[in-house]
Formats: sequence, C-alpha cells, structure tokens
Amino acid sequence: MSKTNRTRKQNMAGVYFIIPSFLGVSIFVLFPFLDVVRRSFVTAVNETWVGLANYKMVIENSAFRLAAGNTLRFVGVCIPVLVVLSLLTAVFLYSSGKIADFLKSAFLIPMAIPVASVVLLWKVLFHGQGMLNGFMDKLGFTPVDWMNTKYAFWVLVFSYIWKNLGYDIILWIAGLSAIPSSIYEAARVDGAGNIRIFFSITIPNLLPTLYTITVLSFLNSFKVFREGYLVAGDYPHESMYLLQHTFNNWFRDLSFDKIAAGAVLVAIVILILVTLLEKAWNQKES
Amino acid sequence: MGKKRIIIYIILLTLAFVACYPILFLLTGSFMSQDELREHLSPILYGTSQYTRWQFIPTYPTGKSFVELLMDSPKFFLTFWNSTKITVGILLGQLVVSVPAAWGFSRFKFPCKKLIFTLYIILMMMPFQVTMLSSFLVLDSMQLVNTHWSVILPGMFSTFPVFIMCNFFNGIPEAIIESAKIDGASNIRIFFHLGIPLGSSGIISILVLGFLENWNLIEQPLTFLEDKALWPLSLFLPNISLDNAGLAFASSVITLIPAVLVFICGQNYLEQGIMATAVKE
Repeated sequence: MSKTNRTRKQNMAGVYFIIPSFLGVSIFVLFPFLDVVRRSFVTAVNETWVGLANYKMVIENSAFRLAAGNTLRFVGVCIPVLVVLSLLTAVFLYSSGKIADFLKSAFLIPMAIPVASVVLLWKVLFHGQGMLNGFMDKLGFTPVDWMNTKYAFWVLVFSYIWKNLGYDIILWIAGLSAIPSSIYEAARVDGAGNIRIFFSITIPNLLPTLYTITVLSFLNSFKVFREGYLVAGDYPHESMYLLQHTFNNWFRDLSFDKIAAGAVLVAIVILILVTLLEKAWNQKES
Repeated sequence: MGKKRIIIYIILLTLAFVACYPILFLLTGSFMSQDELREHLSPILYGTSQYTRWQFIPTYPTGKSFVELLMDSPKFFLTFWNSTKITVGILLGQLVVSVPAAWGFSRFKFPCKKLIFTLYIILMMMPFQVTMLSSFLVLDSMQLVNTHWSVILPGMFSTFPVFIMCNFFNGIPEAIIESAKIDGASNIRIFFHLGIPLGSSGIISILVLGFLENWNLIEQPLTFLEDKALWPLSLFLPNISLDNAGLAFASSVITLIPAVLVFICGQNYLEQGIMATAVKE
C-alpha cells in the first residue's frame, strides 16, 4: 500500500478514533494478560513468589511435553503439505479460465462450513465401522480404527488442510497476480519452457508470499483446537493431544499457575513468529 | 489442452469434490427417513460387522426430520437463538469499535501509533489459549462469566477486524481526504461521509469473515458458559448422538444454511478480506 502519509500532520484527532477500541483491548486483554504474567511467578493458592518454579513445572509436565511434541509434529507435517498443495493448485488455477473460478469457490467452501455441522460426517466417515473403512475394505486394504489409534493424528491433519486450503490458494493467487506479465513474455521470447519459467520466474517472485503464507499458516495451526474438538471431543487419542487440550484440562482443574506459565511460553513463541512476519512485510515495502 | 492438463483437472475436480462433499452428505442425510438412516448407520450404531454405506440421493426423500426439528425441538430454537445473539452482538460491536479505530490508525499520526498497531497485530495472532486465563479472570471479576456478554465483549474488541479494515482504508487516496479538508469538513464528517462509503467493501469483508468465525465459536463459549442453556449451536451439535440421526442431520443443515448464504453472497468480499490479512500498509 502507498506511503502517502508523509504529508499528514501530527494530529491528535486520531487518538479519539482509536480510544474505544484501545480501552476495550486494555480492559479485556492487555491488563489481564499482564496480571497473568505476574501469576506465572506465584503459586496458585496463596500467591507467594516462586520465581521460575511454575515454568519448571510446566516444562517437566508430561502432558505438556506430549502436547508440545504433537503440536510441533502437527505443524511440521501440515505446513509443508498445505503450502505446496495450495501453491500447485493456485498456479494451475491462475492459468486456467472460467473453471478456475468454480474450483476456487469449491476450495473456499470449507471456510464457511461450521465445524459443528461437519462433526456428523466425520463421525460416519472415520468410525471403525465407517465409510472410509468400507471403502478401504473394498479396495483390499486392512481397515483401521481411525479415531483410537495413531491414525487420529492424520485425521486431524486432513481436517486442517481441508479447512485451510482455500485460504492459502487465495493468498498465492494474490501473489501470482502481482508478478508483471512482461517478465513472462520476455522469458517466452527467449524460448523458456513452462517448467523452467515456473522455477526461474514464478518461484523466485513468490518468495515474499511464501514467507507470509508460512507464518500465517503456522499461526492458524494454533487454532486447530476446533478441528481437534470436532474429531474427538475432550479426550482425544494421545497422538492428537495438542497444546489446546492441555490448556483446557488445566483450566478444568483450576491449575491457574500452570496455565499462566504455559500462556507466557506460548506467547513468546507467537511473538517471535510475528516479529518474523513483520520483517517479511517490511522487506516487501522496500 | 494437453493430456497432462486434463489429468490435472481431474485431480483438482476430485479435490474440489472432497472439499464440498460435507454439504452434499448433510443434505442427503437430512432428507432421509428415520428408517433409511438407521439402515445406513446400523454398522456404527449397533456394531454389526459390515461397514456404513452411503448414497448420493435418498431412496425415499422426505422432509420429516426438518418438520420434527422445527415442531418439537424447543431446545434447538433456543440454541439457534443463542448463536444468533452471540454472532450479531459481536459483529455489531466490532463495527462500532474497529471501523473508527482502523480509520484512526490509517489516517492520522499520533504518539506511539506504531507501537500500538504492532501490539494489535500481536494480539490478533494470539491463540485463544494464551488469553484464556486472563479473559476469564477479568470476566469473573465483572461477574459476567456464564452470561452471553462473556463471549460478546472480548469478541467485539478483537483486533483482527481493525487490522483488515486498516488495509482497506490505506487504499483510499490521500488527495480525496485533503480536498475535503480544504473545504473545511471536520474529522468526524470526513469519516462518515468519505471514510465509511469508500471503505464499504472493507466493512463487508470484516462482516463476512467475522460471521464465519463467530458462527463457529467453540473455545470461548466452552470456557465461559457453564450453563448449557446458553450454549450456541457450535457446542450443541457435536453432542447430539447418532441415535437420533434425523434430528442431527436436520440441525446440522440448518446451522449450515446461514453460513453458506453469507459465503455465496459475500465470496468476493471474503477473498478481499483474506488478501488483506497478508499485507500491511
């Protein structure tokens, strides 16, 4: 976006416009979070100072470790798959005509389908006696119990990709349409083939988009609790026990000291990611 | 069109079919009779040794499940109303709060502006779990836990719409605003007469994104609403057992309808909104 605000004068009027928002954010998020940071250093019961003991407790907590490991694994699998799949689809859609619009809508629809409405399909699809196993049985594979074995993890991966593919496709298409067509024409005149054009023009020009999409997908993956809850409720198979489940269980047990320390730890990770994202944005500007 | 291209089309069409299949599945199921559903689902319900089979069109289509749902399920109406109340409340709140805020960020200079905006971006990226305890403590101290306000108030101060709206406002050429200023228009007047009309596609975008997000809330009501009579559809539906499959299908379809309508009418705005999440000033 253009940087025309050079001419704008110092103007306090702007403050009035943001005051309602800033007050609300301060009351409901900012100050309470500072309080949570304080709580992460004290005991839950009588609030005596314990230094880093809560953090130590969280890091040594086996549920937290399981969840952190699973979350990392989940992100490590999902993001590459999602990024590559959405890029390939976007490149193809970008070069196609009318059918592209239709396909794009189709890939976006999962964003609109409420998680709650899909629960039913997931139950019927992934049940031990369900449709997917019936299908596999016909094809001669051994049916598996999707929800109660290590395959539960893959059900979650599938749910995440199903939900987020369209979002990433839109971002890629936006990136693609920012590449000037003159570069492509020049390459064609020089006799470059499709594959060559893809690797030496499309990919290098999409690097900033790649960066943004990766970080946004990473951040979105923290919101996968919905899908997790959808697939398995409060007590999922341990292969898909994610950080969100840990937090919920702590909350139910009123272990506020653990949640406080855990929240600060996750916040630090997010903070690092946002800083990376900001860097990408600033590079794009220059 | 080469052979390769046709193969790619077939792959993509298959993927697109998978993406949309849930809608088809729910529609089919909702128009089946209770007997037909039971027959199809018996492997899951009674653990017989076969597998569930499904078809694309019900053998004897009937609207009975919908009639039953609309006639004798007061609980469903209550939940639907809860969802509507929460979603509309959050969206209205977001409009009133975030559109002016975005205008302030986009059009004015003031001390600490950059710092506050960065803070907004950080907050927008935080997963619910990070702010769960802090929100709970403050809502509890205001005695709002277990009321719909506990979901609406934090939702309306989400910084996400501010961020998106800012990207739309930044696209308005400064010259237009300057000429209004020269004509002596006040800041408030400029905001209402230029900002809002010129940013209208952004406003629709945040409404569309906001609707899809908030119609779907799970974590917030689960944490802040103990009383099940206050629960929205997103928590109610997963708890309907398959024993009452007709009801489960019909209520899933009815939950789906508003979201799909918003999607169909607002797809362009949805796409613009998504694109606005990837840029900054």
